[in-house]
Amino acid sequence: MRTAVPEFPEARLQELADRYAVAVAAKRRRLWLGTAVLIAAALAAGWMGDVKLGMFAENFWRFPAYFASTAPKFSFSSAWVDLSEWLWGLPRWTRLLGDTLLIAYVGTLAGAISGFALCFLASANLVKSRAIVFVTRRVLEFCRTVPEIVFALIFVLAFGLGALPGVLAIAIHTTGALGKQFAEVVENIDINPIEGVAASGGSWIQIVRFGAVPQVLSNFVSYALLRFEINVRGAAVMGFVGAGGIGQDLIEAVRKFYFTDVSAILLLIIVTVMLIDFVTERVRHRLLGLEGARK
Amino acid sequence: MNSFNFENQATIAERHPHLFRPDWWNRGKITVGFGAAIALFVYGIVQLDIPFHRLSDGMFRLGGFLQLMVPPDPGSWAQALIYLHALGETVAIAFLGTLGGALLAFPVSLLAARNVVANRIVHLLTRRGLDTMRGVDTLIWALIWVGVVGLGPFAGILALICSDFGSFGKLFSEAIEAADKKPGEGVLAAGGSHLHGIRFGLLPQVIPILLSQVLYYFESNTRSATIIGIVGAGGIGLQLAEQIRVLEWQRVSFLILLILITVSSIDWISGKLRFAIIGRREIA
Repeated sequence: MRTAVPEFPEARLQELADRYAVAVAAKRRRLWLGTAVLIAAALAAGWMGDVKLGMFAENFWRFPAYFASTAPKFSFSSAWVDLSEWLWGLPRWTRLLGDTLLIAYVGTLAGAISGFALCFLASANLVKSRAIVFVTRRVLEFCRTVPEIVFALIFVLAFGLGALPGVLAIAIHTTGALGKQFAEVVENIDINPIEGVAASGGSWIQIVRFGAVPQVLSNFVSYALLRFEINVRGAAVMGFVGAGGIGQDLIEAVRKFYFTDVSAILLLIIVTVMLIDFVTERVRHRLLGLEGARK
Repeated sequence: MNSFNFENQATIAERHPHLFRPDWWNRGKITVGFGAAIALFVYGIVQLDIPFHRLSDGMFRLGGFLQLMVPPDPGSWAQALIYLHALGETVAIAFLGTLGGALLAFPVSLLAARNVVANRIVHLLTRRGLDTMRGVDTLIWALIWVGVVGLGPFAGILALICSDFGSFGKLFSEAIEAADKKPGEGVLAAGGSHLHGIRFGLLPQVIPILLSQVLYYFESNTRSATIIGIVGAGGIGLQLAEQIRVLEWQRVSFLILLILITVSSIDWISGKLRFAIIGRREIA
């Protein structure tokens, strides 16, 4: 069924359009101002950051060319031989990848445990003393803000080359990151169980154990898994500064122009990271699903 | 005081047995889970050959480093100026990296969102492409770009753009997929085209969310930008790595202090901007 849509008379349309213009004028002005500020900041940053677009355009071909040169040589007649030649270091690389995963795992677990211990001290709803909360939060912030690779650089000097500095660096960074996220979870919990335990005479430890922990545990595990995912990426580059894992071989291959090794190692890292992402995402969804079912 | 008198606990337990019976199934699950986690932890420590005898020695040496770090001191004014310039580079890298990554990721995220482009193949390809970009660490991207444009902050900017492109593409497309369909349908029903639907139905919903994600990343990118100097991609990381290698601990602590101050001030600014844009809402 078609009916004619009534058109407004010209004057009325004009009036409506004017009102609309007035209504959005302030918003438009803000948008333009924001854009202008953004562009000015981008230009300033470009000057500061030494952006040379001419050189970029001139040298851009090197970017695909680099990847092309890392590509392994394949021919149909000898695909299998080519493949085994490309992945010649597979046993060594899988071992190093395993090390990388273990560094990430051990670091994450150690960091999660200390973050778990600290997060309750950083929650204003469980600790009455402002000073303790403040100090704990600053400690966590310090652990979080100093990049892990800087910790690793310093630890390599203190503990020597190997996995130990990598594990410690990741553990410290994870303590800071998880401690903060855990504390945020704890601050959002239901206060009634805590009051219940306190009212029936529980000590502070008992309040935390029976009032807070049951509410937050599945969330904590989910955050820890997410952090593990991030730490796997972090552990892959720990070797750049000599702190164990596959990074050492990667930076060597890049620096010494072992092109096909670069692509092989990169591919292995990417596949591993994707697998880990996939598995942890599954587990996390299940955990959060449990959480939802319980509520 | 104790006006509320409990009866004998045994009678209560008798009346509600299901509340007092230990839940073996659940306890067993939790014990096995934690047991497995601890076992893997121990296996990791053994496999990685963690030298515990070096731990005490190392701690001692670390304490020595810490003592040498105070007070933080850049050495000279000229040196301090160099560091401040490096810091400026770092902020510039973080800013342009975030901006570039966001601008490039935006159109791609539309392709990767199921409710904008219904084609499964396009969806799958863009998603996997973004995952690959994201799977490569910023430091690795920096290493690659140093080979293309040479040493300096520009390589760092390009590295951040690449890794942010992946992260933003994923975050943006998820935000777009979570958007309400109805405004878009309204635009279509009023005679708008598919593009009109995106522009007037979808974008007004998602732009604030995307902006807040970008601001959030600006802060975390400042952290990343402080370290990509380690592989020669400009910024304060180069200075930091150098001073650590030559054991100039006072300068190291000065640089770390600079980084801490910068990151927390950027955190503060981006937090303010975020709240101004979307109000105190949780970002996904």
